[in-house]
Amino acid sequence: MRRGYIKTAAALAAAALLGALSPAAAWAAGAGSPSNAFNPAIGLILSGTYASFSNDPNAYAIPGFALGEESGPGERGFSIGESELAIYANVDPDWYAMFTLSMHPDNTTSVENAYVQTTGLGHGMTLRAGRFFSGIGYLNEQHSHKWDFVDTALAYRALLGTQYGDDGVQVRWLAPTDLFTEVGAEWLRGDAFPGGGAANNGRGAWSTFVHFGGDVGISNSWRAGVSYLHTDAKDRQTDSSAGTDSFTGTSKLIIADFVWKWAPNGNPYTHNFKLQGEYLQRSDDGLFTPAGQGPASYSAKPSGWYLQGVYQFMPRWRIGLRHDQLKADDPGAAFAGTVLDPRGHTPKRDSAMIDFANSEFSRLRLQYNRDRSGLTTDNQWYVQYIMSLGAHGAHIF
Amino acid sequence: MKTLIKWLIAVSCLAALAPAGAAVQVFACEPTWGALAKTLGGEAVSVYTATNAYQDPHHIQARPSLIARLRRADLLVCDGAQLEIGWLPVLLRQAGNDKVQPGQPGNFAATDHVQLLDKPASVDRSQGDIHPAGNPHIQTDPRRIAKVAKALAERLGAIDPDHARQYAKRYRDFDARWQAAVARWTEQAAPLRGVKVVVHHKGWVYLLDWLGLKEVATLEPKPGVPPSASHLSEVLGQLRRQPARMVIRAAYQDPRPAQWLAEHAHIPVVVLPFTVGGTDGAKDLFGLFDDTIARLLKGAQ
Repeated sequence: MRRGYIKTAAALAAAALLGALSPAAAWAAGAGSPSNAFNPAIGLILSGTYASFSNDPNAYAIPGFALGEESGPGERGFSIGESELAIYANVDPDWYAMFTLSMHPDNTTSVENAYVQTTGLGHGMTLRAGRFFSGIGYLNEQHSHKWDFVDTALAYRALLGTQYGDDGVQVRWLAPTDLFTEVGAEWLRGDAFPGGGAANNGRGAWSTFVHFGGDVGISNSWRAGVSYLHTDAKDRQTDSSAGTDSFTGTSKLIIADFVWKWAPNGNPYTHNFKLQGEYLQRSDDGLFTPAGQGPASYSAKPSGWYLQGVYQFMPRWRIGLRHDQLKADDPGAAFAGTVLDPRGHTPKRDSAMIDFANSEFSRLRLQYNRDRSGLTTDNQWYVQYIMSLGAHGAHIF
Repeated sequence: MKTLIKWLIAVSCLAALAPAGAAVQVFACEPTWGALAKTLGGEAVSVYTATNAYQDPHHIQARPSLIARLRRADLLVCDGAQLEIGWLPVLLRQAGNDKVQPGQPGNFAATDHVQLLDKPASVDRSQGDIHPAGNPHIQTDPRRIAKVAKALAERLGAIDPDHARQYAKRYRDFDARWQAAVARWTEQAAPLRGVKVVVHHKGWVYLLDWLGLKEVATLEPKPGVPPSASHLSEVLGQLRRQPARMVIRAAYQDPRPAQWLAEHAHIPVVVLPFTVGGTDGAKDLFGLFDDTIARLLKGAQ
């Protein structure tokens, strides 16, 4: 079923690419032609970066943390970022479906989102099935083109493999109150970091979250929440400078998140400010096998947090500051010298960015990171563009 | 997890026990439609208006408070024609409310019930933020509001049959007063026919169409693109050859570009309410046009 869906979506994706190459022709065909009047909305995100690092990004490591895939600062020099093709539409009066194909700079593709969701249940209930970014935390559900910085928070990188996306089902319920109160739960495959190996016969993870939100006067709005993610790993492999490490066990992650937005009179056009922060703590229990060594019992509680503020000081221009900090938990002498050894280091990072949005469909960004997540300070510079073609879905808060 | 489930059940029970308010819950996207729903619904409806006149209806954030409000709505009354495309779809998907989804009786788009102007022959984003279905800002023409009122009264009657007669009666009463007012406004505005104006955003085509004003330039180089210094000086140059009588902007728009042009071209800035609540005079639907006409006449003196 799912494979068939993806195959169809891939055909649509090819059609969309052809359409994107000759947008005028595509639009002309769309006008008054009944055969494609039901075509889903198609959007393409193109992004690219120029990056300069003082340290070798291939040797990137955070002492005390086994990192998931793609958990680094990126490539040096010119590279396109993830190009993202999104196709979405209502399926029928009761279902909505969304598909996002992510094309990576190394010419590989991955299915980022492929889910169906109910629209017709009512009573505040929404069910979702397929592949999606988990509703835990605040940043986790945001697609990378929506991030306020080029890279994600250090805590997400170290504790959640940048972003937790997995296959499974989700249920959300919105309370009938003026205060936004949403509770949700997910049952997932458990293939993504910090899980791995699709433990428990492909039902290796579950999560639950609650979010509250509201307005304070006309100019302020907020959202805050608490989330819990439980993953089981079965021979989860992670790479380190020494080789491949393996983990079999349980990770329990707690996230507390909040975001506060200010816009005078609720009109963000000229000035607006966004303050956002999250705290993540993971409890790992199980057997960890460092590269070239035997398995040893491992129990630790690594944690991290970030706080960032982004201010639009005139139409189209924004500046942002961010502080990231991690706390590795020393798992003991058995892991001395391995990837889990914190070496007495407190990983930190400070970032500053300025960006310019010519319209809501294009953005140019300059960012500097003073990255002390490794043992030596890395000065990281990024120049980035993010462009959105075609249909562009409305953004979540 | 257990505590969470207990808590969930508790909240559900509370919600079920709470008196199911007999009034039809209306979620209005813009103040004009909120005011219209109140006028037609009277005591039988409870209206929540999602935006105010100082907000740009194109650019609203999908705030949690709006999602929570839409959750309980029986009827969604919006402009439509993709005006709210940047935020309403998120509200609809997150609110878990089947009654107000597109295609349901509880989803009412005002622009579905009138003829739209400025429908682009072709659409491409190089033309700026244009709306493929046509210009959505119909609330600046009271003749079109009259048509929307008829359709909205019928819709209210359809989703709340118990009060259908009441809605029909309130509509007839409103329409009689409204038609008289439109005749009065049209007569008052007669001197404005043919007057040349500069507008900030292409948000006034229906007002201009109704009153016969002539738009000679816009401060935005393309719809939705902020006025730039170079474009403003182009407009100024154009005004030296072909003068206009006033610059029109809505209450929510950045005052500086209009102010700059007005000072250099020696013409007045006329700030119009654009929607209910945009000025002190525009307290309700009638005030909206009383004040709009008065401000235009003052600007044309």
